[in-house]
Amino acid sequence: MAAELAHPETTSTTAPSPTEELIRFEGVGKRFTVDGKPLQAVEGIDLSVFEGEILTLVGPSGCGKSTLLNMSAGLFAPSDGKVLYRGEQVKPYNPSVGYMTQSDHLLPWRDVVGNISIPLEIKGLSKREIGDRVAELLDMVGLSGFETSFPSQLSGGMRKRCALARLLAYNPETLLMDEPFAALDAMLRMRMQIEIRELCRRLGKTVMFVTHDLDEAIAIGDRCVVFTRRPGTIERIVDIPLAPDRDILRLRHDPAYMEITAQLWEVLAPSVGVED
Amino acid sequence: MTERRTMIWVMRAAFLVFVLGAWELSSGRLASEFFISRPTLIADQFWTWLIRGVIFYHGAITLLEAVAGFFLGGALGMIMGVWLGRAQTTAEVLDPFIMMFYSLPKVALAPLFVLWFGIGIEMKIYLTATIVFFLVFLNTYTGVRAVSRELIAILKLMGANERHVLFKVVLPSAITWVFAGLRLSVPYALIGAIVGELIASNRGLGYLLADSAGQFDTTGVFAALIAIMIMAFFLNSTIKVVEIKAMPWREQSSRREMSI
Ligand SMILES: Nc1ncnc2c1ncn2[C@@H]1O[C@H](COP(=O)(O)OP(=O)(O)O)[C@@H](O)[C@H]1O
Ligand SMILES: [Mg+2]
Repeated sequence: MAAELAHPETTSTTAPSPTEELIRFEGVGKRFTVDGKPLQAVEGIDLSVFEGEILTLVGPSGCGKSTLLNMSAGLFAPSDGKVLYRGEQVKPYNPSVGYMTQSDHLLPWRDVVGNISIPLEIKGLSKREIGDRVAELLDMVGLSGFETSFPSQLSGGMRKRCALARLLAYNPETLLMDEPFAALDAMLRMRMQIEIRELCRRLGKTVMFVTHDLDEAIAIGDRCVVFTRRPGTIERIVDIPLAPDRDILRLRHDPAYMEITAQLWEVLAPSVGVED
Repeated sequence: MTERRTMIWVMRAAFLVFVLGAWELSSGRLASEFFISRPTLIADQFWTWLIRGVIFYHGAITLLEAVAGFFLGGALGMIMGVWLGRAQTTAEVLDPFIMMFYSLPKVALAPLFVLWFGIGIEMKIYLTATIVFFLVFLNTYTGVRAVSRELIAILKLMGANERHVLFKVVLPSAITWVFAGLRLSVPYALIGAIVGELIASNRGLGYLLADSAGQFDTTGVFAALIAIMIMAFFLNSTIKVVEIKAMPWREQSSRREMSI
């Protein structure tokens, strides 16, 4: 006990209290042109993402969740309204965010170390610095021993870890995750959920996490945004009343978890079974 | 597994012996020896040329033409492919002209090249280079265009500039395509060199072939063909080794057991 208290930074169980607003959507709408016709993906989005929180986004597919992440990264601008990052309009290729999608986008011609090194090479670090940093990251994501494996030789979970290490390598303040674990089997997904939540809280990352899995949204998130079907608007924003250091493995038996799940299902229910 | 391999090799040898035996026996009986010669005579001729250095002399010329044309055409094809793959507007402007020129059988240019460059090895090198250029260019272009835009976006979020994108993503991911083009080009490089020699020359394996045919020496024709075949095999094997060296990640994945 005393030893634990001696290292509060490693055993701390309280989340940094969400204070500063990091990303802010102000009346954001986005129209695409598909086959010459306008397609309203999202509409009238007012949303704040606070520093250090894990915000999960759920909603029917096609409601514009990925579109919101894309705008936060500055891959394109909103058609209406503003997306602000730390109070300033998001610029193309927002350097403060890291992006992770369902496909890992690893470079097949580089081994694990080579893939994780990319952002460090771009930063212009020396070979030695890169080596030290990569070793640290490998350890952090549990990939030690796979240094010289190519992505084609890794399992799905290992590839995710590699993509995660690459993401953390350049230490972006905010992580945008778009259904990163969708392709994993249930056991592995839960394990990754545990690790990602632990890691993000330890490193103080702000996360926007899109998922189509309500259980995942609750397990990982501090808050959860539920969207309506397209054109996507915010149906509800829900605080998840679970301990910051929750035990994801045993959530299923937690009455608070069962209650919030039931509650969120009610919110989502109208969208179920409606084809677009 | 090894037993099976051994058996396959034994059966291959048996097949070869059967074909050569049938050829030897039918020569002079089923078909005139003048037209089909016979394996023993061909082997004898080939051996004579080999020890007299005839094969090496002419082979070296052909090899030089094929390899020089291969590198010249391959390098220009890669440069053009990368450039046009990145410059979309220019590519669209040039597209119909490139396609028109591409559909032209390049060996039809041989007479023009004789006029321009004479009957020396330059003409064969340029002819070969023209053929190889298009194969490598089109493959490189496709490869550069096929690079995942999401991957490029993810790299740019990491702070990558255009140079980083080109050298860390575009070129390495196009390399598979470039190699497909290069490997495809090897037999064509040889075709360019040989056709050039057949049309006008006094050296090279193509010349040896045409010269034997001109003297109604069927045996010589077959011996020259064998020399060409050996050279083609040698060139193909070389590019395969280079390919494995240049793309180790593919070799690694092919060593995994088959699974889908
Ligand atoms: N780049 C694009 N061009 C045209 N339409 C797009 C583009 N991106 C997304 N869309 C459309 O916008 C809508 C929302 O897409 P998306 O944000 O991917 O939804 P989600 O991630 O919630 O499933 C969909 O109908 C999709 O087809
Ligand atoms: Mg999506």
